[in-house]
Amino acid sequence: MPTLTINGRSMSVDAANDTPLLWAIREQLQMTGTKFGCGAGLCGACTVHVNGEAVRSCQTLVGDVAGKKITTIEGLAPKGDHPLQKAWIAEQVPQCGYCQSGQIMQAASLLAKNPNPTKDEVVAHMDGNLCRCMTYSRIQKAIMRAATEMRTASASGNERRPT
Amino acid sequence: MNKHVKNVTLEATDLSRRSFLVGTAATGLVLGYAGVPGIGEALAAPSNFEPSVWYAIAPDGLVTVTCGKADMGQHIASTMAQIVAEELGAKWSDMRVNLASNDPKFNDPVLGAQITGGSWSTMMNFDAMSRAGAAGRMALTEGAAAAMGVPASELAVRDSMIVHAKSKKQMSFADVVKSGKATKTFTPDELKAIKLKTPDQYTMIGVSVPQLDIPSKTNGTAKYGIDVMLPGMAYGAVVTPPVRFGATVKSVDDSAAKKVPGFIKAVTLDDKTQTTSGWVVAVASTYANAKKAAQALKIAYDAGPNAKVSSQSLLDEAKRLQKLEDSGQFFVKDGDPQAAFGSAAKVVEAEYTTSINIHAPMEPMNATAEFKGDILHIYSGNQFATRSGAIAAGAAGIDPKFVVMHQLWLGGGFGRRLDADMMIPAVQAAKAVGKPVKVIYTRENDMTMDFSRPLTYQKVKAGVDGDGKLVALSHDVVSAWPTARWGIPDFLTPSVDKKGPLDSFTVNGADFFYTVPNHYVRAIKNELAHNATPSGQLRSVAPGWTFWAVESMIDEIAAATNQDPAQFRIALLDGKGKNDGGAQRLRNTLLAAMGLSGYGTRQLPKGEGMGVACVSSQERATASWTACVAHVAVAPSGEVTVKKLTVATDVGTQVHPDNIRAQVEGAALWGLSLAMYEKATLKDGGIEQTNFDSYTPLRMSQMPEVAVAVIANGEKATGVGEPAVTVVAPAIGNAIFNASGARIRALPITAEAVKGAMKA
Repeated sequence: MPTLTINGRSMSVDAANDTPLLWAIREQLQMTGTKFGCGAGLCGACTVHVNGEAVRSCQTLVGDVAGKKITTIEGLAPKGDHPLQKAWIAEQVPQCGYCQSGQIMQAASLLAKNPNPTKDEVVAHMDGNLCRCMTYSRIQKAIMRAATEMRTASASGNERRPT
Repeated sequence: MNKHVKNVTLEATDLSRRSFLVGTAATGLVLGYAGVPGIGEALAAPSNFEPSVWYAIAPDGLVTVTCGKADMGQHIASTMAQIVAEELGAKWSDMRVNLASNDPKFNDPVLGAQITGGSWSTMMNFDAMSRAGAAGRMALTEGAAAAMGVPASELAVRDSMIVHAKSKKQMSFADVVKSGKATKTFTPDELKAIKLKTPDQYTMIGVSVPQLDIPSKTNGTAKYGIDVMLPGMAYGAVVTPPVRFGATVKSVDDSAAKKVPGFIKAVTLDDKTQTTSGWVVAVASTYANAKKAAQALKIAYDAGPNAKVSSQSLLDEAKRLQKLEDSGQFFVKDGDPQAAFGSAAKVVEAEYTTSINIHAPMEPMNATAEFKGDILHIYSGNQFATRSGAIAAGAAGIDPKFVVMHQLWLGGGFGRRLDADMMIPAVQAAKAVGKPVKVIYTRENDMTMDFSRPLTYQKVKAGVDGDGKLVALSHDVVSAWPTARWGIPDFLTPSVDKKGPLDSFTVNGADFFYTVPNHYVRAIKNELAHNATPSGQLRSVAPGWTFWAVESMIDEIAAATNQDPAQFRIALLDGKGKNDGGAQRLRNTLLAAMGLSGYGTRQLPKGEGMGVACVSSQERATASWTACVAHVAVAPSGEVTVKKLTVATDVGTQVHPDNIRAQVEGAALWGLSLAMYEKATLKDGGIEQTNFDSYTPLRMSQMPEVAVAVIANGEKATGVGEPAVTVVAPAIGNAIFNASGARIRALPITAEAVKGAMKA
């Protein structure tokens, strides 16, 4: 049984090595915040972090991530209060909400590397994440709001730990 | 007009069929109407008739509103809570929401069924939720008066507190509920007589309160149908045939599937509801294993009668049907267009088409079924619990009264989850393997088996008199009939020529608010399309294609008679006769969009143009008034860049201004996506697009600037989820004409078509 390090905890999953990480997370670990959208890496709903990089968990095999550090939406911030999550609420981004875990995880990987993205950089980074409710303009606003908050927090020496 | 739509204004009649119940129970104060099932015996009948609850107040003071509408991102549950809270006098932070089961007591107070669509929910539930809230406030106030020993008339209610100013005594809602003193009951007449707040007294309606569902949608805790986990459950992966409909399974060889770990069984569906055809479910211990097993199944099909059908043959058939004199039924029959064409100074004719379109909500279709004793439990986010429960019962071979539908948040609906196909594999697999089964469609299943927006063909002919006045219009609409497929007579509309019922959800919008003395609209069912591509209701439904034709043709007439297309519309919206009221509101909305966009105020660079459109979506009786000015740039290659969409909409009363803006923007972008980016095609009876690489909804990089103006003039609240979808395509088409002289008549718009039309 492969052992996965997810959200800081080590968990063994009853899944073959060729099982997509998405299904191991959802079914074996019953963490359902990570969503199935297309199964082909085309929509971004299943985005998680592996060693801090945003990856499509539907295209990532369990056997390839053993020993790596995996973060899901449930583990992005201990109390669901990552600046992006707070910004998502402040901007009232979600409609149906189904894609938003993936959107937030994708955005988090951008802000971890680039605390002051331009609008074009946001679009380029987020373009692989579909939102069928078309909440794109609010997603952009929320990312900018979170970036500002993170820069302010960072300037005051109150750095967040990276995921 | 549809029977159920007519009922919109008849709240009084509807209320008289109900009794309001207030009483204390151990768990708190429960309030609600006793509903009457109204959709017909063929559908899920109530197993028993019991009083219902719209909301409950717990001893801790929390107010939980049960929402009978499907919440697919329109935040309708939160909106219902907001309307209740206004009259109840509850504090917003005390409000909670709960999603209703399919118990008929939660039926829509106007529709008499559980169905969510048509941008109907707010307009049809506003009065009932307001009265429920007000009755609760009165019951609590009388209870508090008794407990305090003061007259109820001296009490004021605000923020979940009941205050007696003179004596400075006060009680919270929690205190009153705990005291057990809230015992008032209301007869239907008393309920009807409750004097509701006037808009100037609102403290909650019109305020953009934080949506109650949003926090759970930022941290992964919101539960959708796909997230349901039951003890001992198995998973099902569907194998669907190469044709959309009509195939049958000849044989299933599961010898290779048996080698997949965890494989349990391959179940060939026996679907007497005729919702699916030729489907097999591979059931296994995990979804990953079920998918592997599904891939390993060797299935032989009889491809059935539709195996040669293509988009082209559907279009050819539509054209053939339109040419027949006696095709279809009349939806509108005013005056005599044929005679008027004979004496017209100018006649303009054109054909408009739209492609097959796929809903593709981000959450693929899924359902979980569990047989528990006599009861079949279904867990699935669904827009039409009343019918879907009956379909699930049909799949199980049991009476609908034994089906309990558990509602969840919908990962997108857009009309797709009005359908019940996902119930059938879940139910029959659960029955076959004797344990709960969750069936999840792959994206490929979801795309190729969509109940799609049908391919449509419209022929419009217009006659103009010597003064450039539109005097005659005939409009034929040929399509599959999505609503006829439901088999519910109440959802069909009698034709004006008494040739039997027609599906008004294929022609709504064509009965516009322009004054045209001679006006025919004919609804023609494309039987071939109906059978080969079973269609559904896709966000905005018929107005998504009828206004494409009408609003393009209005522009063509204006161009043919050298009139400004916006001023031409304004003249047609004269509010005469049956158009009084609506026409003026639509005219004002168009003017607002023109003003906001700067229409006609400046010279645009070469290759750029603006186009207008205005619509009365959804149905004539339930219209919101929406106008759009599109600003586009057209390259010599034919490539179109949409620079800006300006949308104005008159919604009467705003319950939640921020949500209206979110819905209108999302709807407008849907309109853009359908106009420019989304196209499905049928070949050899099957949908060719299988995932988001070939079916390509709008992405962030394709988003133009969108400006939204909301007009709230104090009229009754209208719907906002759909109308802005319908206005965008014609505005873009008209803008392309304005920019380049290319007239586009087919959706989606392609660079090739624009370039070809420029040359013509």
